[in-house]
Amino acid sequence: MDQLIQHLVNTLILGGTYALLGIGLTLIFGIMNVVNFTHGALYTVGAYVMYLAVAALGLNFFLALPVAILGGLLLGAAIELLLLRPFRGSDIDTTMLVMIGAGIVLQSGTLWIFGGVAKAIPSPFPEAPLQLGPVSVSWLRLFVLGAALALIVVTYALINRTKLGLAMRAAFQDADTAALMGVNVRLVYTATFALGSSLAAAAGALLGPVYVVFPQMGGLAELKAFAIVILGGLGNLKGAAIGGFILALAEELGAGYVSSGYRDAMGFLIIIAVLLYKPTGLFAKAERIG
Amino acid sequence: MSRLLPLALLTSLVALPLALGSNPYLLNALITTGILTIAAMSLNLLLGFTGQLSLGHIAFFGIGAYVSALTSLGFDVEIGFGTRIVHEPWPAAVGFLLAILAAGACGYLIGRLSFRVRGAYFVIVTVSFAEVVRLVALNWVELTQGPLALTNIPVIALGAPGLGSWTLKTKLQNYYLVLAVGTLCYVIIARLVGSRFGRAMRGLKENESLALSVGINAARTLTVATVISAAMAGAAGSLYAHYLRIIDPDVFQFATTVTIVIMVVAGGKGTLMGPVVGGLIFGLLPVVLRPVMAPEAQWMIYGIVLIAILFVMPKGIVPGIAGLFARLRAARAVPVLEASPAVPR
Amino acid sequence: MSAILSVEQVGVRFGGLVAIADLHFDVREGEIVSLIGPNGAGKTTAFNVMTGFLKPSQGEVRFRGTGLTDLQPHEITRLGLARTFQRTSVFPDDTVFDNVMIGLHRQGAQSRRAPLLDALIGRAGASERRLRARAEALLDWVGLSERAGEKAGALAYGEQRLVGVALALATEPAMLLLDEPVSGMNASETQVFVSLIRQIRERGITVLLVEHDMPMVMEVSDRILVLNYGRLIAEGPPDRIRSDPAVIEAYLGQGKAARQAAAEVQEPAHA
Repeated sequence: MDQLIQHLVNTLILGGTYALLGIGLTLIFGIMNVVNFTHGALYTVGAYVMYLAVAALGLNFFLALPVAILGGLLLGAAIELLLLRPFRGSDIDTTMLVMIGAGIVLQSGTLWIFGGVAKAIPSPFPEAPLQLGPVSVSWLRLFVLGAALALIVVTYALINRTKLGLAMRAAFQDADTAALMGVNVRLVYTATFALGSSLAAAAGALLGPVYVVFPQMGGLAELKAFAIVILGGLGNLKGAAIGGFILALAEELGAGYVSSGYRDAMGFLIIIAVLLYKPTGLFAKAERIG
Repeated sequence: MSRLLPLALLTSLVALPLALGSNPYLLNALITTGILTIAAMSLNLLLGFTGQLSLGHIAFFGIGAYVSALTSLGFDVEIGFGTRIVHEPWPAAVGFLLAILAAGACGYLIGRLSFRVRGAYFVIVTVSFAEVVRLVALNWVELTQGPLALTNIPVIALGAPGLGSWTLKTKLQNYYLVLAVGTLCYVIIARLVGSRFGRAMRGLKENESLALSVGINAARTLTVATVISAAMAGAAGSLYAHYLRIIDPDVFQFATTVTIVIMVVAGGKGTLMGPVVGGLIFGLLPVVLRPVMAPEAQWMIYGIVLIAILFVMPKGIVPGIAGLFARLRAARAVPVLEASPAVPR
Repeated sequence: MSAILSVEQVGVRFGGLVAIADLHFDVREGEIVSLIGPNGAGKTTAFNVMTGFLKPSQGEVRFRGTGLTDLQPHEITRLGLARTFQRTSVFPDDTVFDNVMIGLHRQGAQSRRAPLLDALIGRAGASERRLRARAEALLDWVGLSERAGEKAGALAYGEQRLVGVALALATEPAMLLLDEPVSGMNASETQVFVSLIRQIRERGITVLLVEHDMPMVMEVSDRILVLNYGRLIAEGPPDRIRSDPAVIEAYLGQGKAARQAAAEVQEPAHA
């Protein structure tokens, strides 16, 4: 029982960052119809910016986090402007291949610059975990959960309470009509990709200090983001948020009660189950055809 | 033209070792290039002719490699409840056939699963599938030796009972084996694409609703294409295992999938020669690049080249050059007057 | 004559939106029937339900007595119910000839039990030759022989429509659904198409069409069904529809284009 509670607490903490990853990916897919194969690389970049800022430049941990998020935002905007805008109107396969190319460049670039040895990001939190009865949680992980939840709330507010968010929702419904109504769709696309990228970078910057930072860390994160997004329904924000927690739960329970070696296979099992029973995702809306 | 070019290429590939002498380094590069080119041809059957992008093709390749290796090495594993499966080594040629069957069977499962919904879903399912297979290869140590790798994989021996056998020990022999399998795959794909089945694939790719409306069964057609494609990738994996004689879970790395995708996209997806041309270029590029740059830099070049090709020649090298020739010819020819609209009798 | 197609109390809802409410009609064998109505009346939705591209929320469509609700589009085609599409009626990257060859997909199926194997060992030659002859005959029939070698996507709009018809006919249907076949055609092309529809009927194929071109509808139809807001508001021969007050009302309620259409409904067909 104690073990189960511990797993549930871990689920919450992991789920927050997974939700960030998933929301970023599904946002980009929903609005731009792009399967973002740079998502993992942006996650890695976020972690390395955090590492550079804290370990190399000696910046305060709490200041470094916004810097990493800003880094993801700028890099995302650059990718959209340089690589996606010229391919607007191409089919989804072409943009996917462009994103794969960009992902490789980013990942190999990181490896080239930083080398393959894993790096640790020092954290300002006390080593001793917080003990709550049978459950122990490190202060760092608690902070990660809090920051992730705060970012989810900010994203939600941005989409539902701002003018840009309104434009994004309009483009989500129908880009052509939105353009006719005077929405600057090009700007919306750049903003969307930058926002999605910054969420990936944030997830990397948050999980980087919990684990270690290495150039290939994004590959697995990307697969998990895909699983979350399929679980929640491609393009569904709420679905991605909930999907993040479901995947975290599946991984925790799988690793705890089955085998830790297969922790990362849980995402695929989820994809299979979803495709078998509810192919459009758990929370997808019915689409109009014809 | 469409038959002449492949035949000319085949002839020069058959003759190539004579010109090269027995340079083991180049021969080795040619063999691995050939194996990857077979994988690229198999991917092209899906990506080029049905429009479905499999980003887990390396899974079928790796499954072929492991099945073939384990068949010829033998194994002894416990599968739970005290049950053990003991397998005595079989000839490598049998492993080759089993590799094709096993990869094809996996293709069937993946196809059935993901073609209920397509497009982005198929991409994500295949990517994830490859990752899971890698995890199994890494963690099922009793069967696969995990990261320690399967070693001393026997080489393929060809032969018939009573006629003796012919063991493929040298690089030169392996080169011709790969060339023979590659040619066979090329012919199979060419036949398929030109057949009724090929028309069904093209119809689905070009206009799915219309294809359904003329009675084409989408799920069945795409699943069959995936099975054939996966089986060919499995054959390539088996050749790989018996040539290198060692495989580890790194065979499943995403980078290899990307290499194969680049070969297909750069060469020209949906053309028969595209993956061959792309395969030769990107298979042999490392031979040129390796002495001058680090592997990471090499990978960056690959990524940049992929993006550059999508910018400059979105259809790939083979259609790009064919289009160039067509334009040159058209520029010389006299413009033809537009004929009057057709009238049914 | 007996009904070949029966639409029985079919309803389609998208979320809260009612696209079709309680649609009920029959088409008898050998008829040419038109389904008309203002934009958004649910005509294309009705076609999509009949051909399995959309599942009805209620009711059922029967074709020669077989319920179609649980069938997929390709299975419905195999029963002998074919259709054309409003916008994209061709495989754009293939030649006109290969378009029809793709359309003959089902005709290649019955000949042998292992068509894939046949293709691999090159045994499919005889059945391929038969299919090619059929394709040539079909193209000849719709008048596109001259265009056989051209990319279908490069053809003029009206010609693409003819390719679409050839594709549908290649499935050897007993009934053909035409979705706005003459939209975008000029008057002479439309006349040619009208005679083509009559020839299709002479081949023993029942025709149901959705069309906005009122003179054409009045000229070619045995019977007209009028749909508005997802409901059938009138049904009968062209003469009766022309003077039906409910039909005039439905069209007058809409914009200028619709009023013009209503005027056309009332004019005698200028054949």
